[in-house]
Amino acid sequence: MAYLYNTPQQQREMLATIGVGSIAELFEQVPENLRLRRPLDLPPALTEIELENHLRELAAKNTTKKTGVCFLGGGSYDHFIPSAIDAVASRSEFYTAYTPYQAEASQGTLQAFFEYQSLICQLTGMDVSNASLYEGGTAVSEAVFMAMRVTDRHSKVVILGSVHPEYRQVCETYLRQVNCELVVVPVPDGIADVAAVRQVLDDRTACLVIQQPNFFGCLEQTRELTDAARKVGALSVVSFDPISLGLLARPGEYGADIAVAEGQALGIPMQYGGPYLGILACRQEFVRKMPGRLIGETVDREGQRCYVLNLQAREQHIRREKATSNICTNQGLMALRATVYLSLLGPTGLREVAELCTRKAHYAAERLSKVPGIELAFRQPFFKEFALRCRAGVDPILKKARAAGFDIGPDLKRFRNSGVSSAENCLLIAVTEQRSRTEIDKLAEALSG
Amino acid sequence: MRNTLATKLLFDLSQPGRRGAVFPKSDVPDQALDELIPRAHQSTSAPALPEVTEPEVIRHFVNLSTKNMSVDTHFYPLGSCTMKYNPKRHERLSALPGIVDMHPYRSVEDSQGMLELLFTMQAMLAEISGLPAISLQPAAGAQGEFTALLVSSAYFRDKGETRTKVLFPNSAHGTNPASAALAGFECVQLKSTAQGFVDLNELSAHLDQSTAVFMVTNPNTLGMFERDLPEIARRVHAVGGLVYIDGANMNAICGITRPGDFGGDMMHYNVHKTFTGPHGAGGPGSGPIAVRDFLGDYLPGPVVVRREGPGTSGVSSDSTLVYDLAVPARSIGRVRSFFGNVGILVRGYCYLRTLGAAGVRAMSENAVLNANYLLAKLKDVLPVPQGDRCMHEFVASARQLKEERGISAMDIAKRLLDYGFHAPTVYFPLVVPESIMIEPTETESRETLDAFAQAIRDIVREDPELLHQAPHETPISRPDEVRAARTPVLKWITSEG
Repeated sequence: MAYLYNTPQQQREMLATIGVGSIAELFEQVPENLRLRRPLDLPPALTEIELENHLRELAAKNTTKKTGVCFLGGGSYDHFIPSAIDAVASRSEFYTAYTPYQAEASQGTLQAFFEYQSLICQLTGMDVSNASLYEGGTAVSEAVFMAMRVTDRHSKVVILGSVHPEYRQVCETYLRQVNCELVVVPVPDGIADVAAVRQVLDDRTACLVIQQPNFFGCLEQTRELTDAARKVGALSVVSFDPISLGLLARPGEYGADIAVAEGQALGIPMQYGGPYLGILACRQEFVRKMPGRLIGETVDREGQRCYVLNLQAREQHIRREKATSNICTNQGLMALRATVYLSLLGPTGLREVAELCTRKAHYAAERLSKVPGIELAFRQPFFKEFALRCRAGVDPILKKARAAGFDIGPDLKRFRNSGVSSAENCLLIAVTEQRSRTEIDKLAEALSG
Repeated sequence: MRNTLATKLLFDLSQPGRRGAVFPKSDVPDQALDELIPRAHQSTSAPALPEVTEPEVIRHFVNLSTKNMSVDTHFYPLGSCTMKYNPKRHERLSALPGIVDMHPYRSVEDSQGMLELLFTMQAMLAEISGLPAISLQPAAGAQGEFTALLVSSAYFRDKGETRTKVLFPNSAHGTNPASAALAGFECVQLKSTAQGFVDLNELSAHLDQSTAVFMVTNPNTLGMFERDLPEIARRVHAVGGLVYIDGANMNAICGITRPGDFGGDMMHYNVHKTFTGPHGAGGPGSGPIAVRDFLGDYLPGPVVVRREGPGTSGVSSDSTLVYDLAVPARSIGRVRSFFGNVGILVRGYCYLRTLGAAGVRAMSENAVLNANYLLAKLKDVLPVPQGDRCMHEFVASARQLKEERGISAMDIAKRLLDYGFHAPTVYFPLVVPESIMIEPTETESRETLDAFAQAIRDIVREDPELLHQAPHETPISRPDEVRAARTPVLKWITSEG
């Protein structure tokens, strides 16, 4: 039997030590009438060779074409992952450990998370970062709840229609039970109209949620938007793309109160949607209202610098129903990957990646918008992603791309139920540093054919 | 042997001009950056990240890793956390091309293998729980709880009922009340019996038309099977409420008994625990939920469905799809972006496919055998108030030791680190004074259990003063947590201030 140590002889001896005759006797606590009287109906057990063959077969079914060059975007991106990240993340001492409750036996994890928090602060220009949340969508929701606690306003939250529709759906789900109104400001022109946003903000508003670059890839007027929120005493919550901060203004520079992100781009594989990394950083004064784990520096009895779980009085295992969140795990291994990614790249590497994405995306936008029947959906500044409008519909375009070995999209039709305005006949194209000019040219040719 | 240079903070290792990654030159026509992105959107300076080389990064993190205890290096009997062995094949297989590099918006046509895997995972989780409808979306157990509570709300709303309360025993995990509060419910904590079970009288006294859900962990956090669960469920159902099973302790009962058969209406799994995630130094987890048929329409979407005929999504509506994504008819909506923590689900799938039905049952049987064996070896020095039998874990108490010799649960936990064992969970559950919660799991040998029991027997005879100062062999001694909380230092601060 897989992964069991005790031999039948040892089992008998152990049962004798316990003072029972059989394993069945150990289950006497479970009333007879509640026991399952048949074997579970599960697929047959596989040896390692069989399992590997089976998984390889399944993996092969995931691609029906020779190549699958990825121009897909919408919150998950095909960025390059340096090998050193896998080397660190596959250290058993990290990935088979648990929450660092015993600080003396967890300094590796604790220091790595302290470094993660420090790197996120440097990256965002914010004062303090937690040790991570689940992913980008719940990070927005946690930030919204946090803003409600900080402002003591619990009845209204304003979110731009250009925020990722799935993040908005998560917010909707989270807010439904607490009777908080979620006002979505439509964004028909690629970026929000600041005057229209001001109209909606008022002294009941807990926060304004912005995404930069937004879901369509376009750049919002973040300074004006955060100012507008501040004027009515609301907080600004900005969901940013961490790669973009190699080039774009940091949330701390344009006055964001809470900065959140999907951290997948920082060395985490796409793996069909998770596990990813929820980043949350904020201004110092909100620290005791933050959700999730925080690592702090202190000293041990010899005065040696060390790290501990800090300010745990905010958390569910201490505060129970009064906790700032119900979150128990963080995304430790993903935070570790992001830490290694940012330390490998440093300021220069991050700048290079951001520039490469920008240049290649703009080249792709120029090439693709020259394809007959295709145009840029918005005339706005963008970073690594942009929306295309296909006059004859998206489906024939997707079909052509697929036939030529390209994954493009998502088709914005996918989000039509979540109020993505201008979703008709539009799709997204994301271009990371991994895409070459040749690939871009070939995609343009394929779509022209 | 410690390399104290390599484990300095990254920022203190930094030297201007060093780097650990180099990217190719741009291959597209050169254009001034300001023409592509207006200056107003750009930062005036690069983020002040450390500047280090790849070899430094590797030496830094590898040395840091050696300051951790982990399942692969030490026995890790952390109660309630199911720290079992994490099979290496899972790491290789979850990283296969075609799995690890799948974009979440890849077309359904080009995701059939993944969808088949996830569909089978749904079916296996339904079979093990006895609850037919599954959502794989929740990112962790706590999010599973929250999701199921939202499902219950939607269900009651459709029935035209307003139910405001969630009940749970005082032995519950902290996530239960925290999730209930987040879902907008009023929390009602119930006293347990002296033996730590749900008190039926206390339960009945609090049950009424305002009761939405009774949350209970089974086996409970004392490692005991709640044998009254059918009666508990009968009473909760009699007032129209639902029973939620916190699946934290599923490792005790897989293939033996099923939540759906002992009265549960909803439950979550912790795939990172029961089906050996791994734990990743605190996550990621994965917390799928299983619910009864009549709640299935409320689950978050998408879920994986199997169908024949023309596809309903993706690019080629002419192809014959086998697996597809669908959103349940009256779904509560999303609780996170994308499908779920798929990387963890793939590992859980590999585990269940390796074990098969007999292996899954043997897993729980041996988890229970190991726990009872350790209990038998320890009960004379570390009394277990709940008695001589347990399921997969037990809660011992150091109360007597504390009264007689001043040795606390914390002292024993810290001293165990010196003996080369990770500490058990201490001071939870709250219902046992000086509690020490021990969960050995099935993937430990009798020799390891014997050595651990001997270590505890030795420790309780040691000089209490030595124990108060423990640990002595770890990279650091006990940290000053009061100082950490009083003046929080939560990030690196430049030496220039």
